[in-house]
Amino acid sequence: MELIKPGLNIAFTKYRHIAVVLSTIVNLLVLVLLFTQGPRLGVDFAGGTVVQLKFQQKVSVPEIRAALGQLGTGDTVIQDFGQEGSNEFLVRLEKTSVEIGALGEQLRAGLSKRFGPNGFEIRRIESVGPKVGKELRERGAWSVMAATVMMGIYIWFRFELRFGIGAVIALIHDVLVTIGALMLGHYEFDLTIIAALLTIVGFSVNDTVIVCDRIRENMRKIRRETLEGIINMSINETLSRTIITTGTAIMVLLALFALGGGVIRPFAFALLVGFFSGVYSTIFIASPVILLWEKGAVKRKSIAEGGVQKSEVRAKHTPTK
Amino acid sequence: MRRSVAIRLGLFIVATLVSLVYLAPTFVHDLPPWWSSFLPTDRIHLGLDLQGGSHLLLEVKVEKAIENNVERIKADLTNVLRDRGISGVSVERVQGTQIQLKVPAASVERVRGLLKSDFANLTVVNTQASGGTTEFFLTLSKEEIRSLRDYAVDQSLETIRNRIDQFGVSEPVIQREGQQEILIQLPGIQDPERAKEIIGKTALLEFKLVDDTVNVEEALRNGPPPGRQILYGYAGKGEGGVGGDKTPYVVESRTLMTGEYITDARVRPSSQLQGPYVELILNSTGARLFEQITAANVKRRLAIVLDNRVYSAPVIQERIGGGRASITGSFDIKEARDLAIVLRAGALPAPVEIIEERSVGPSLGSDSIRQGIISFVVGISLVIVFMIIYYRGAGVLADVALVFHILFLLAILAAFKAVLTLPGIAGIVLIAGMAVDANVLINERIREELRAGRAPRSAVEAGYQHALPAIIDTNVTTFLSGLILFQFGTGPIKGFAVTLCIGILTTVITAVYMTRIYYDYRMATRKLTRISI
Repeated sequence: MELIKPGLNIAFTKYRHIAVVLSTIVNLLVLVLLFTQGPRLGVDFAGGTVVQLKFQQKVSVPEIRAALGQLGTGDTVIQDFGQEGSNEFLVRLEKTSVEIGALGEQLRAGLSKRFGPNGFEIRRIESVGPKVGKELRERGAWSVMAATVMMGIYIWFRFELRFGIGAVIALIHDVLVTIGALMLGHYEFDLTIIAALLTIVGFSVNDTVIVCDRIRENMRKIRRETLEGIINMSINETLSRTIITTGTAIMVLLALFALGGGVIRPFAFALLVGFFSGVYSTIFIASPVILLWEKGAVKRKSIAEGGVQKSEVRAKHTPTK
Repeated sequence: MRRSVAIRLGLFIVATLVSLVYLAPTFVHDLPPWWSSFLPTDRIHLGLDLQGGSHLLLEVKVEKAIENNVERIKADLTNVLRDRGISGVSVERVQGTQIQLKVPAASVERVRGLLKSDFANLTVVNTQASGGTTEFFLTLSKEEIRSLRDYAVDQSLETIRNRIDQFGVSEPVIQREGQQEILIQLPGIQDPERAKEIIGKTALLEFKLVDDTVNVEEALRNGPPPGRQILYGYAGKGEGGVGGDKTPYVVESRTLMTGEYITDARVRPSSQLQGPYVELILNSTGARLFEQITAANVKRRLAIVLDNRVYSAPVIQERIGGGRASITGSFDIKEARDLAIVLRAGALPAPVEIIEERSVGPSLGSDSIRQGIISFVVGISLVIVFMIIYYRGAGVLADVALVFHILFLLAILAAFKAVLTLPGIAGIVLIAGMAVDANVLINERIREELRAGRAPRSAVEAGYQHALPAIIDTNVTTFLSGLILFQFGTGPIKGFAVTLCIGILTTVITAVYMTRIYYDYRMATRKLTRISI
C-alpha cells in the first residue's frame, strides 16, 4: 500500500510566503496570549493543593462545595474529572496542605457528614508550596529552551548552520502552537506538559532531520538544480516517511488520549498537537528558512561582488566530503 | 555470511532469554523455590503514583538551627562573664544570628581577652565606642555556619529516618536533596496525615518553670516581664487551638532541661484517674539534672513544653529521683503513641516544613495501571495492524521487532530497578509508536531503491545503508531531549524520561539490527529474489 504515490511533485516552497505570514501571526497571537492572559497553571507551578475525589453515587459540584464547608469557599475550584459517570472530581485549593493543616482529616470530616464515611474516597492529594512552584516553573521553561537550542546545535553539527537555524525556528513554532492549543483547550500547565513539550522538541525535529538528510543527499547527487528545486524534491520524496512516522505516533497518542485517563489526557493532547505541527513546520517553516538564509547569504555576497542574478543561484554546495 | 548470521541470531536468543529471566518475577506469580537462589527476583518497581503512597519534600529551616545555636552561645557568654566577675555587660542577640555586647570601658580589655581565649569560634564583625561603652558585634564564622547547616540537615534526616522506621513503612526512601531539603517517599501508606504529623513535629521538649508571681491577665495585656514568656496549653484536640480552649501560662524563658536526655518514651495505658500518658525514661545525666531541678523548686509548677505548647504544668511535690518523668494531657491512645515515637527518636535540630506533598491512594494507582495497559494494548494493536497493511511482509518483520523491543525495554527496566510510573507507561506506549519509525525509514528507502530498478538484494542493502544516518540522528535528538527531561523532572516525570531513553536504545537495536538478521539469513540461504514490502 502507498499513501503517497511516487513521482509526486508539489511545489511546497511556493506556499512559503503564505505559510510564513500565517505562522508568524499564529505565533504572535500565542505570545500575546501567553504574556497578557498567561497560561492556567496547575499546582506544580502555581503552588496550592489539588485533591481528587471519587464518590459512590452521582453528586453535583454545589453539593461537594457545601460539604466542604470552610474549605469550599473562596478561590476553591471544583470540577468534573475523568470519564463520564465515574463521579470523580478535582478540588483545587489556593493554599498548601501544610497551611491548611490536617487537610485530609478536614476533608474527610466534611464529606463524611454529608455522603457517609464510605460514600467517597480521597484518591490523590498533591500540594506544592509557592517556592517549589516557582522553581519548577523556571526550570521547566529553561529546560524546554535548552532542548530547543540543543537540537539546533546538533543539526548544525551534523548538517549545516542554516539547517540548524531552520530546525530551531520550526521547533519554536511547534512549541508555541502547542502552548496556544493547550490554552485554547483550557488545559492546566504542569510537569507533564513540560514533559510533553520536551518530547515534542525531541520528536518533531525528526522530520526535519529526515528532510535535511535528503536535501544533503540530493545536493550531492544533482548539481544542475536550484536549491529551491532540491528542497521541493526532497520534501516530496520524504513526504510518505514524514506522514507515516508521525502517523504511527499519532495512533498510539489517540489511544492514550481516549483511554489513558485524566492525568495522561492533557499530555497526549499536547503531543498530538505538537506532532501535527511538527509535520507542518518541517515542510513549511524549516525548509523555507533554509532557502531564505541561502538567498540572504547570496544577496549579501552579490552586493559585495557587484551583482549576480537571483535566478542564477544554483545549488553549488560542495559536499562536505 | 552464514556464520555472521548465526552469531547475531545467537546473541539475540541469549538477550531474549536473559530478558525473560528478568521479567519472570514480574509476570509469574509463584516461581519455583530454586529460582530465587541464583536468579533475579526483583519485580518491576512501581512508582508511588501506581502503587499508592506519599511523596514528601521537606525544607529544613536551617536558619532557625543557627539562631538556636547563637542563643546557646549567648547564654554561655552570659554565664562566663558572670563567673569571671565582669559586670555591667549586656548581651543581646540581634539581626537573627549576631550577638551584641555592650561593655563598659573599664572591662573592654578583659572582655577582648575572654573572647579570644574562650570563644574562638566567634568573629568580631564590628566594634563601636561611644560615651564610655564599647559595642561588640559578634558572629559565627562562615565555616561554622556551613557546618551547622549541614549538621542540621543530616541530623534531621537521621531523626526522621528513626521516626519512620518506628512508624513502620516498608521500603521508604529518605534522602537529602539539594542544600536543605529532604525527600521522603512512603510507598503504600494508608494514612498520610498521620505520617506527616510524625515526620513534621520538631518534638523539642523543654522543662520550664511557671512564674505564678506574675498576673497572667496583666502579662497578656502589657506583654510579659523581662525573662518571662507566655506559652499556651490546649485542651482538647487540635494543633494551634482548633476547636480547643487555650490556657495561657507565664513561664520563665530559661529552659531548665530539654528532651536530649531521654533514652526511652513509653505509652502508659489510661487509668480511672487519667487518660493515657507518656512516660519518659532519662539517662543518668538527665536523671541527676531532673533530681536537682525538682529538689530546688519544690512547690513550684514545672511546665512540660513540647514545641512551645504546654502539655501540663504539675506542681512539684517533692524531689523526683530515678530518672522518670511523665507527660500527661488530654490525648487519646493513638496520639500518645505518636508522641512516644517522636520523643524516642529525638528532636529535630531545626523545624521542618513540608513544601511539596503528593499522596496517591492505592485504588487510583490500580485504576491508572489498568488504563495504562488498555491504552498500551489498543495503541500497539493499531500500529501492528497498520504496519502489516502498509508494508505486508516487511510490516510483519517490523512488528516482530516491535514486540522484542517491548520485551527488552521491560527487561531493562526490571534489571536496572528503574521505577515505572504512570507517565512512564505513557512513555512505553508512545515509544511503541516511534519504534517502527526506523523500519518505516528503511522500508521506504528499499521501496525507492526497488523503484529505481535495483535487484531486491542490493535494494535491501542500500535501504539499510542509506536509512541508517537519519535513523541515528532522529534517535539521538529524541534521546537528548529525554536526557534534559531526566535532569529536570521529578518522580513520575523522571519515570517517563527513563522509559523514553531506554526505549530509544532498544528500538534502534531491534528495528535496525534485528530485522537485518532476517534479510541476511534469507540472502545467505538462498537468493533473495522477491521481498514483500
